[in-house]
Amino acid sequence: MPPRKLTISTERRVVLEARGLVKRYGAVTAVDGVSLEVRAGQVMAILGPSGSGKSTLLRCLNFLEVPDAGEVRLEDKVVHARDRELNALRARVGMVFQQFNLFPHLTVGENVALAPRTVRRLPRAAAAALARDLLARVGLADKADSPPSQLSGGQQQRAAIARALAMEPAALLFDEPTSALDPELTGEVLEVIRALAAEGRTMVVVTHEVAFARAVAHEVVFLDAGSVVEHGPAAQVIDRPTTERAKRFFRR
Amino acid sequence: MIGPDGQLSTGHVGRLARAPWWLLALALVATLFAWNVASSEVYADILRALLSGLWVTLAVTAVAFPLAIGLGLVAALGLLSPHPVRRNAALLYVQVARGVPILVQIFIAAFVVAPLSIEAAHALSGGRGPLGALRSADIPMAIWVVAALVFAYGAFEAETIRGGLTSLARGQAEAARALGLSRRQALRHVLLPQTFRRILPTLGNDLISLLKDSSLVSVLGVRDITQEARLYASATFRYTESLTLLALLYLALTLLLALGVKALEQRYRRHAA
Repeated sequence: MPPRKLTISTERRVVLEARGLVKRYGAVTAVDGVSLEVRAGQVMAILGPSGSGKSTLLRCLNFLEVPDAGEVRLEDKVVHARDRELNALRARVGMVFQQFNLFPHLTVGENVALAPRTVRRLPRAAAAALARDLLARVGLADKADSPPSQLSGGQQQRAAIARALAMEPAALLFDEPTSALDPELTGEVLEVIRALAAEGRTMVVVTHEVAFARAVAHEVVFLDAGSVVEHGPAAQVIDRPTTERAKRFFRR
Repeated sequence: MIGPDGQLSTGHVGRLARAPWWLLALALVATLFAWNVASSEVYADILRALLSGLWVTLAVTAVAFPLAIGLGLVAALGLLSPHPVRRNAALLYVQVARGVPILVQIFIAAFVVAPLSIEAAHALSGGRGPLGALRSADIPMAIWVVAALVFAYGAFEAETIRGGLTSLARGQAEAARALGLSRRQALRHVLLPQTFRRILPTLGNDLISLLKDSSLVSVLGVRDITQEARLYASATFRYTESLTLLALLYLALTLLLALGVKALEQRYRRHAA
């Protein structure tokens, strides 16, 4: 096992780990040497001002952005930027996007069943049954045969969560899951994420919802200008930040 | 042109004004003409001659179009490839195929590529076996013409498919890859189905163009409807009747295709909405 840096629930095994991640776009360094460990059954919230590199960091974790330096470990194995390894990593790490990104040419049920059918090679009927179960769990049992365009934003995001769950991921990444939603629709999505946390899912959530992070996250990473400025238990980072930058951010 | 609701429209028109009058006019002319054909021995004779070439026209189109889409798909993936060799090969192909007239490509296929291929077959087989005994007459001219049409239209389809693929939201590919789908699976299950729905109108246009360009096979003596019309006309000096009937036959075929494509579009639109 690698040496452990964190003080939070160190008895739990590390599921997903980043070491010294760097991502540059030309002269801009979006992620500047970030290390973090996500432990089984824990929820990590990544907070920070706009442009602090939160989303880029999250996208580096499943190589939607290929980091320029550093490494990502999934269940203690280093992931290299090779197609086969990336497919395996992504099949084990689910992702939920700000814009939902449901597939518009498939029904909601087919959206959920596609990856189990093609990647896990489940028979069509089994994949469809799995999709129905998962949709029922996010409160969309009656929408399996609808096209995504007939769903509200909140429903689409819940369907996207069901789609990510269908791969039985070891960890789930959420990239600002409520930022594209009308305020009255964020609650239903946060409720689903809260329920997943309660059942012990391993998750990393990039969010602007500070109150939600304090209520659900076990630990919080505060990011500024691509670097981790504060890192610790949610209540400590949010309520008693030590750095000037974090104090200013959480005072709002 | 753009209405107050921001939608493209032809102004405020009633049901009567929106009716396809052009189609009615065409149908009327066609009916009169059909009447003429039916009651005239000459037209009936020409029609019989043309119909004997109809299956060639249809077969050339039906074989060349799917092959052109297949070639276009490969080339489109090449155009979008990060791999410099593949991208440049695809660019070279598209530029050459689009930049040389189709008629010239047909001539090159028939008079340059065809004999070279026969020679290559002889050289490779050392003059023995079925390949060694191959003569140019063994390969029908129609094969070379279809190959040329596929080559030429593959470039159009490559650009169409490339445009369709790049018009999809980036999140679609990301969502597919984030689920663990391989590049190939993401293309097959997520990106291409959406692309084809989106480019269907363009593909329909290309199919109609290809049907018309299939008339070029006649320059090599392949007996499609154009060739049959020319043969009939030059034998009987009935140019007016032969060529008018020929034009109407093409028009009937392209209209049928256009209606078919429209029906397909409407079906997808209903499903997508």
